[in-house]
Amino acid sequence: MSRISTFKRGGVHPADKKYLAKDSPIERLPLPAELIVSMSQHLGAPATCLKKKGDTVVKGEKIGTAASFISAEVHSPASGTVTEVRKVRLPSGVVADALVIKTDPEQPEMFTERFEWKDLSNEELLAQIKEMGIVGMGGATFPAHVKFNTGGKPVEALVVNGVECEPYLTADYRSMLERAEDTLEGIMILAKILNPKKIIIGVEHNKPDAIKHLEDVIAKKGYPIEVYDLKMKYPQGDEKQLLVATIGKEIPSGKLPLDVGGVVCNIGTAYAVFEAVVYHKPLIERVMTVTGEAITTPKNILAPLGTKASEIIAYCGGFNTENVDKLVSGGPMMGFAFADEDMPTLKGSSGLLCLKGEPLNTGVCVSCGKCVAHCPIGLMPNRMFRNISNAKYQEAMDLGLMDCKECGCCAFICPAHLPLVQGFKLGKKMGRKK
Amino acid sequence: MKRVTTSPHVHSSMDIRKSMLYVFIALLPSAIWGVVVFGLMALVTLALSIASAVLTEYLLSKVTKEEVTINDMSAAVTGLLIGMNMPPHVPFYIPVLASVFAIIVVKWSFGGLGCNWMNPALGGRVFVFFSFTSAMSAFSLPRFAADAASSATPLSSVKTLLSNGEVFTSASEMSGYSVMDAFIGNIPGCIGEVSALLLIAGGLFLIYTKVMTWHIPVSYIGSFAFLTWVFSGLRCGQGFFIPMNDLLMALFTGGLMLGAIFMATDWVTTPTTPVGMIVFGIGCGFFTFLIRYFGSLPEGVSLAIILMNVATPTIERYIKPKKFGYVKPVKAPKEAKK
Repeated sequence: MSRISTFKRGGVHPADKKYLAKDSPIERLPLPAELIVSMSQHLGAPATCLKKKGDTVVKGEKIGTAASFISAEVHSPASGTVTEVRKVRLPSGVVADALVIKTDPEQPEMFTERFEWKDLSNEELLAQIKEMGIVGMGGATFPAHVKFNTGGKPVEALVVNGVECEPYLTADYRSMLERAEDTLEGIMILAKILNPKKIIIGVEHNKPDAIKHLEDVIAKKGYPIEVYDLKMKYPQGDEKQLLVATIGKEIPSGKLPLDVGGVVCNIGTAYAVFEAVVYHKPLIERVMTVTGEAITTPKNILAPLGTKASEIIAYCGGFNTENVDKLVSGGPMMGFAFADEDMPTLKGSSGLLCLKGEPLNTGVCVSCGKCVAHCPIGLMPNRMFRNISNAKYQEAMDLGLMDCKECGCCAFICPAHLPLVQGFKLGKKMGRKK
Repeated sequence: MKRVTTSPHVHSSMDIRKSMLYVFIALLPSAIWGVVVFGLMALVTLALSIASAVLTEYLLSKVTKEEVTINDMSAAVTGLLIGMNMPPHVPFYIPVLASVFAIIVVKWSFGGLGCNWMNPALGGRVFVFFSFTSAMSAFSLPRFAADAASSATPLSSVKTLLSNGEVFTSASEMSGYSVMDAFIGNIPGCIGEVSALLLIAGGLFLIYTKVMTWHIPVSYIGSFAFLTWVFSGLRCGQGFFIPMNDLLMALFTGGLMLGAIFMATDWVTTPTTPVGMIVFGIGCGFFTFLIRYFGSLPEGVSLAIILMNVATPTIERYIKPKKFGYVKPVKAPKEAKK
């Protein structure tokens, strides 16, 4: 059963550009000779490093351990030797410890044995998810064992996010087509933990074959899962908007989805949970979309974590132009631009965009009100930005700056091309300092 | 070198220049109609006001050694609006003065585009209206008018008759023009304000291309229509609820369409929130109604919009959109005094 719905307020319609990589099946990237594995691949405290220079590591071995409650384990994506422990600057600007691992040419065959999960208790399942270092794969990388530990609160709906509202990206789309059975089993594992009244997969309307395929598999397996066909609108993949679109509930400001009885999880997370529980395979690789106008052959690849951007670009045929404007980790609306081609992939890297383009001229605010009309949170970006420009951070906070989730609708639609999101990031930092 | 910027890395193709270009295009049909019915002098007036507005802005930026901003089309739109607000056979120095005043005093002196608090075109028009009232009130007959028609605008002829103490039956009959004339634009008036039909078409184009939203025009015209329908008959003994003919006549004349669709929707000088826009529109409708029926001026659109321009910062301050997931802050119960 499907129905067409969407969230009510704000939102924009960027050109989706998914045709670039939509039809290329997921390919496994050949194991690079060197990996740079960051200890900070998740939201929360960076993991504590367990290895030092000269140590040997085995594929799937734990090399970093959760440093606090909100943190996650990190595992070695391949067997090899640690040649260096050094600092790396991640796309988000954070500097973190990282292990440089020289990989062995011969890799062991691992994670092929199936384990039964139906008899495991919730605690055992959560412990397994924590042990395997699973985090939210949509980009926010919130540690999964924290999110799915509801502490006994009732769950109305488990909403699985197959929206992929970011333009260009097709990793989730390919996963839904190629890994539907395993992903759905992952969802059933989560359903066992959460015991929700309803299980919903939300998919945007531009992926009709994914919806069809999921529904076919669900019918074949007899799972109690509904697929919702959602009208295209960015940022529908945000959990606040997705919950409005699917179960019609608004998360109160400053609260969590669980407060309205919803748990949102990404399609990729469900697959990672499946691998963690059924094959005891830690999170050491992920599907990502390599796309953009500046790459020769856009592809969806399965890359080990820690692969350098340069390796991925070379695998996709290199750049097709001299003047690449930007490299972006993630999607074009919320992803992070970076210049260093040795940037490693992380658990949250859903895409690698190679964009062409020219810098835009920034004008002045003409109070057109488009940012206000398109803000999905109902803020006034124009006034907040003016306050931040004048260093009035408290005034900006009073206007709801902390509710802003930097989705970029305002900056996308602004006819003066003001760097609104940049202003809000700065404003939040300065506001918190006080 | 690859650029590193904050997200988003894609942008809508609509920028200020393109939006201004769309406004210009949306105004053109009505301006061309003005030239058709009032003759080539109207064309000269339009060209003069556009040229003087653009040239003033260009020279200003040269004199002050600032960035030349005429490419954003905003000065051209201001000039076109001023031209469209001129009577067809106005002396040529008037539109030039209006444009210069609009650009220098109303726009530039407050900081240029985005910083002015009053719509420049309206500021320029009101400046010359009160400086050269008789020249600004001398209208000429449209090309297709009937022989007996008067060259005063329908609204001012009604006002004159009223002040002469004549008995009033129907405003639309007294003016000598039919509602259809007013709708198509076969009435005396300013160059660009006569054809309600073409102005509405331009407005629909702007809403379709998302340059503006429906909020201000609909609330402005709606509130004005409501007040006019219910109360405007009182001034001449018609009582409440005037006939539909008179109501339509009131809507299609006096530059209401030009004002409500193109002047009251100026980005810079109007509120940015949807509710604020509706409040702004209703305010405009109310003041237009007051000035037109109970003031000494026959029309009143320009002054009403300027009044609301002044109120815009206040509206912006107090009307905010409802935040997503807003919960009323629960007041902590006061502890009982011991």
